[in-house]
Amino acid sequence: MSLLILAATLLLLTLAGYYMGRGRSVAVSGGSTHRLHSRPQYYGVYVALWCGMPSFLLLALWLALEPQIVEMILVSNLPSNILELSEDQKALVINQITHLALGGIVGGNITPEMEAAARDYAAMRQTGFAAMAVLVLCIAIAGLALGRKRIATTLRARNQVETVVSAVMIVASTIAIATTVGIVLSLLFEASRFFTKVPVTDFLFGLQWSPQTALREGQVGGSGAFGMLPLFAGTLLITFIAMCVAVPVGLYSAIYMSEYAGPRMRAVAKPILEVLAGIPTVVYGFFAALTVAPFFRNTGQALSLDVSSESALAAGMVIGIMSIPFVSSLSDDVMNSVPQTLRDGAYALGATKSETIKQVVLPAALPGIVGSVLLAVSRAIGETMIVVMAAGLAANLTANPLEAVTTVTVQIVTLLVGDQEFDSAKTLSAFALGLMLFVVTLTLNVIALRVVRKYREKYD
Amino acid sequence: MAMAAENLMVQNPETSDHKMIARDVSVYYGEAQALKNVDLDIGRNEVTSLIGPSGCGKSTFLRCLNRMNDVIDGCRVVGDITLDGHDIYDTKLDVVQLRARVGMVFQKPNPFPKSIYDNIAYGPRIHGLGEAKSDTDEIVERSLTRAGLWKEVKDRLDKPGTGLSGGQQQRLCIARAIAVNPEVILMDEPCSALDPIATAKIEELIDELRQNFTIVIVTHSMQQAARVSQKTAFFHLGDLVECGDTQQLFTNPNDERTQGYITGRFG
Amino acid sequence: MTEMSASATQIQRPDLSGKRLKRRYAAEARFRLYGLIAVFAALGTLVLLLFSIISNGYTAFAQHHIALEVTFDEAEIDPTGERDPQVLRRANYQGIARSSLRNAFPEVTERRERRALTALMSGSADQTLRELVMANPDVIGTTQRVWVKASDELDSFMKGHISRDVPESDRRIKDRDIVWIDQLIAAGNIESQFNTTFFTAGDSREPEQAGIWGATVGSFLMLFVTLVLSFPIGVLSAIYLEEFAPKNRWTDLIEVNINNLAAVPSIVFGLLGLAVFLNFFGLPRSAPLVGGMVLALMTLPTIIIAARAALKAVPPSIREAALGVGASKLQAVTHHVLPLAMPGILTGTILGAAQALGETAPLLMIGMVAFIVDIPGGFTDSATALPVQIYLWADSPERAFVEKTSAAIMVLLAFLVVMNAVAVLLRKRFERRW
Repeated sequence: MSLLILAATLLLLTLAGYYMGRGRSVAVSGGSTHRLHSRPQYYGVYVALWCGMPSFLLLALWLALEPQIVEMILVSNLPSNILELSEDQKALVINQITHLALGGIVGGNITPEMEAAARDYAAMRQTGFAAMAVLVLCIAIAGLALGRKRIATTLRARNQVETVVSAVMIVASTIAIATTVGIVLSLLFEASRFFTKVPVTDFLFGLQWSPQTALREGQVGGSGAFGMLPLFAGTLLITFIAMCVAVPVGLYSAIYMSEYAGPRMRAVAKPILEVLAGIPTVVYGFFAALTVAPFFRNTGQALSLDVSSESALAAGMVIGIMSIPFVSSLSDDVMNSVPQTLRDGAYALGATKSETIKQVVLPAALPGIVGSVLLAVSRAIGETMIVVMAAGLAANLTANPLEAVTTVTVQIVTLLVGDQEFDSAKTLSAFALGLMLFVVTLTLNVIALRVVRKYREKYD
Repeated sequence: MAMAAENLMVQNPETSDHKMIARDVSVYYGEAQALKNVDLDIGRNEVTSLIGPSGCGKSTFLRCLNRMNDVIDGCRVVGDITLDGHDIYDTKLDVVQLRARVGMVFQKPNPFPKSIYDNIAYGPRIHGLGEAKSDTDEIVERSLTRAGLWKEVKDRLDKPGTGLSGGQQQRLCIARAIAVNPEVILMDEPCSALDPIATAKIEELIDELRQNFTIVIVTHSMQQAARVSQKTAFFHLGDLVECGDTQQLFTNPNDERTQGYITGRFG
Repeated sequence: MTEMSASATQIQRPDLSGKRLKRRYAAEARFRLYGLIAVFAALGTLVLLLFSIISNGYTAFAQHHIALEVTFDEAEIDPTGERDPQVLRRANYQGIARSSLRNAFPEVTERRERRALTALMSGSADQTLRELVMANPDVIGTTQRVWVKASDELDSFMKGHISRDVPESDRRIKDRDIVWIDQLIAAGNIESQFNTTFFTAGDSREPEQAGIWGATVGSFLMLFVTLVLSFPIGVLSAIYLEEFAPKNRWTDLIEVNINNLAAVPSIVFGLLGLAVFLNFFGLPRSAPLVGGMVLALMTLPTIIIAARAALKAVPPSIREAALGVGASKLQAVTHHVLPLAMPGILTGTILGAAQALGETAPLLMIGMVAFIVDIPGGFTDSATALPVQIYLWADSPERAFVEKTSAAIMVLLAFLVVMNAVAVLLRKRFERRW
């Protein structure tokens, strides 16, 4: 909470800086503000920036780094008997110490050394915070004074403020890049840790997936198999089923919407179709598990077919339904951007509407349609909730849509939900799977976006 | 109207001098009237040019002749237009059939994004002309030859039609139109997007095509009308002002509006 | 091709015979029909989905209650007679509730039977009585007719989810239970009431005590964090990219990157959150703060793309006019372009927020799937979110959770409908054609 108070104080100081700067600039100009280079508000913002920016930056830096630094000091001060423990046990002890320091109740045996360390730790954090608070406030006040002192009629406050604003905008626009870099780095880092335990080739080409690791040394049956092929096969099977639903329905809807439907029908049906895209996937998952899967199972029973209650067919169908709007709305756009003159050309030859569509509009729109299908495929591959709720858990290398298969995303979820030990191959394998998922979907997206962009350029 | 219709029935439409006859044609876009009570006869195996200032309704009239106006929302056509004596706006008549007989070439070249070969073969294919590959080959070659494009493209028939130059594209579109062997070809300012050399080629082509086709051409250029057409019709503000032999219309117009337009006083 | 001239003379006109034309028109009609079927298939699945959710879920808004004749015996509740709240709170209300129900069925004496009888009541009956006494101590010493919640099995039975026709061994409500229930109905002691608990409680293992309030609060805490982070960052980067950025490799890279980021599977963002926010920065698990941060990164591309489109729609003449009167570029943007683009930006932001509100997968990665009974009070408390709650309930074996799940979905969809309606209204209201 004291952090909140500190932040509020800083904010107040910044606000004060604004008013001081504005007042000062008016005073400096001797009341005739037109003599100033910039409007008085800019001088206000100028001082506020001097006051707020360095202090808030320092605060943020401290918040990000403090836990790591303090823990490092804690570890370096630990008695040797703890330092000699294995990595896992050491982590546990450190965890216990930090909990103790926060006044929590900790199970297990607490040695006096640990209590002492906890006291040190608590004291360190407290002093650290106090020192930081004082420093931050000093910087804020110093900035305030400095900014105020620099105000003069010749100070180009507006230009300086605008430079800062531009810098902030540039930083904001690189956050998207930072996100991508963060994804890539974190996935690569965790996956490389996984690959030190399991060889890359075993992972990429293995036909067995049963992610167990030994809880104790030498446990029977503890060696797991981490071959991702069955997972990718399952993902592809479900994606294929989904596209069998989404592509014809989506494409034909798009054709009907863009070429046949009257403006009234378009105005009603198009938004309703888009609703399909707005429904959360967890709802589709529930629908798949509650309605679609039992329907297939019962139909299968009636036809004396053995349909699993977690069949790939049910999950794939529902993903397909979800993907209809992705295919239809983009294809619709693409077909609408096919120039009318091309259609006129075909009509003038005496082609019927469907002949015009099939032989002129669709071929012309093909790159865009392919792009939209690729995007839908990438979404289907990355879809998580529907398969988590409606597909199976056991890795099963099969092409039979009536059987249960599992997917990459299902495995990531089952591996990471619940208790995890962060150094086991089991947990880390989720990141390796995530990396594969990212690479595959990214490739598809890049290709799809490129194709669509090329197409757009052609007709714009 | 009744009288006009009777008049038409007297002659044998198959042999009459007039391929298409328009009587009392008006066109409305929503509320606005774009064409007012136009009567016009299109002579068989002749080139008829429609001239007039922008927005005078000449393109609108042209699009009535093969019912391309059907494609435009809110467009309404009243009056009678006959092709060989048959009303083309008859509900029993089929648009597709009509357009197979009355082809069209547009202002901007609009080749399909397919190969040159497929551009030409498309029409014959949908109309069932030449089921065999060799027949289609022949149609393609003949059409391109007639359009004066064969020599230039015979080695790259499988390349996309969109890769040709503007003038070539337009000749491709003409070849595409004549591949179906229509009886009438409508041309909507076919040269407005082309350079003078390409224009000259197309004008030459039009003159040749006159042997086998009835041609109606909308043009902005009076010189072009004078060069290629036998008959000229002058439109102004939705009215057909004057229609007659090209020679006579350009040298000795009856109406002072025509006089004004051809001498460049407005346009 | 020497016969060119010969073949040119005998012109072959198109085949316009009726037969061929008929075939072409049949193909035309078929093609059109396929399109129509596709549209109706898509709309049909939507209707089916909504119907299956609503038909399963609407019953969850009501809950059956049992009326008890409760004697609030002073000796049992408050032996000292001082009405000390501490004492009142600790009295054995469970015993009172059970004995009240047993008193209604004096013929039931056998222990197992008696336990089965009291199982018809929800485990929350004691809380109902406690709250009653705490709120109004005067009831002590009197006998009151009190409505307490029925158990989820009784509730499901009354709603027809458990059928009498099923063999006894296959249903949770046994024949003897049905006899008792019929007696209660005959005496007018079972009643369906509006289920307020569903809207005010947190999660619970007992379906009749479970509610969505905890998850709703969690969702909105998260959404707040998401918007606070992604809106300013998104708008700033859109302004930069659209108005200021030079066209070079770097901005091209940013642009491609943003478009790709919008299509990265959401679960990958969850992995990022787990690896970076939880493991590297050591932020708390299951906290709305972390959930909001992850969702902010996820919605950022959506907002940037929408904001750029809105900025692009403002005609350059506006910028030129502002620059022409001597405004700086930044002033032209902030004074003129941005206000004009704001409705479009807000619309995109609301749509992004709606997407974030329905997102589940990344939240599973950062531990928001814990079973959390308490209503979260802050950004670092353990919490869950509406879609995650739906996922958790959908996994529960009890029959009564099916209707809860469906009802929670209805609430979630209602939120989404409202958000989308606002977005559409905003667009309609401020739509401007240049």
